[in-house]
Amino acid sequence: MKASVIVFPASNCDRDVAVALEQATGQAPQMVWHGDSALPDTDFIALPGGFSYGDYLRCGAMASKSPIMRAVIDKANAGTPVLGICNGFQILCETGLLPGALLRNANLNFVCRTVSLRVENNQSIFTRGFEAGQYVDFPVAHHDGNFFADDATLDKLEGDGRVALRYVDNPNGSARNIAGVLNDAGNVFGLMPHPERVISPLLGGLDGAAFFKGVLEAAA
Amino acid sequence: MKAKITITLKNGVLDPQGKAIEGALKGLGFDGVSDVRQGKEIELKLDETDEAAARAKAEDMCQKLLANPVMENYAIEITP
Repeated sequence: MKASVIVFPASNCDRDVAVALEQATGQAPQMVWHGDSALPDTDFIALPGGFSYGDYLRCGAMASKSPIMRAVIDKANAGTPVLGICNGFQILCETGLLPGALLRNANLNFVCRTVSLRVENNQSIFTRGFEAGQYVDFPVAHHDGNFFADDATLDKLEGDGRVALRYVDNPNGSARNIAGVLNDAGNVFGLMPHPERVISPLLGGLDGAAFFKGVLEAAA
Repeated sequence: MKAKITITLKNGVLDPQGKAIEGALKGLGFDGVSDVRQGKEIELKLDETDEAAARAKAEDMCQKLLANPVMENYAIEITP
């Protein structure tokens, strides 16, 4: 398993994701700088959380146009699993790899706490470590996590089982309590909560460890 | 030429910042205020001398970066 973590200016969860990936695979991922134009040989790509480019213009807008993203988009379209967490989810929406957009939280607050999520679809490679209908606890930490798409898109996402995770108690105003969505092919997944922050009891939980173990077994 | 690009949230997209501004205006005693929406304005200079070419370039910029068509509308004003 050769995983890659893309590092943007002002990514701040890149090392956390690297630790989670290494714990799950036993192999440290490759850290790839956003300014590179080519990816090393890789079979899993993670876009980490943070505040790339200071959230200028729109969250994830600048990062989605950075040189490495052209290579990431090509890989995603060729079927390589791509995971975007928090700012990574925003970046994936800005590239168009995932539908919709993440707006300012409806309550205007920066929300930083652990939330419960319901696993709506455990058939995807990203959620195979869980039971369908299982509840998991992941932390959220964001100001712009309010998932928005038009009703037709939302209906399609739900009809196709692409809403993989849903908030039990919606912290940000997301349409239909959506916390994580898959692309049509099922190899691209974006979520606002942070599974990499709960990979050890010392960090407050193990639900994230199950997440990464499941993902990487499925992707291997 | 100069381009002034005004970006606004589409109708129907919740604008909590606009709502907060509306609340603050009401708190200051401004009655009869409704539908406050916050947007942004981007100004830039273009080397183009032809208005149509400048507009086409600004349009391309909006599509590729400046606006997100999922949630935003944009209007372009070109001046010499």
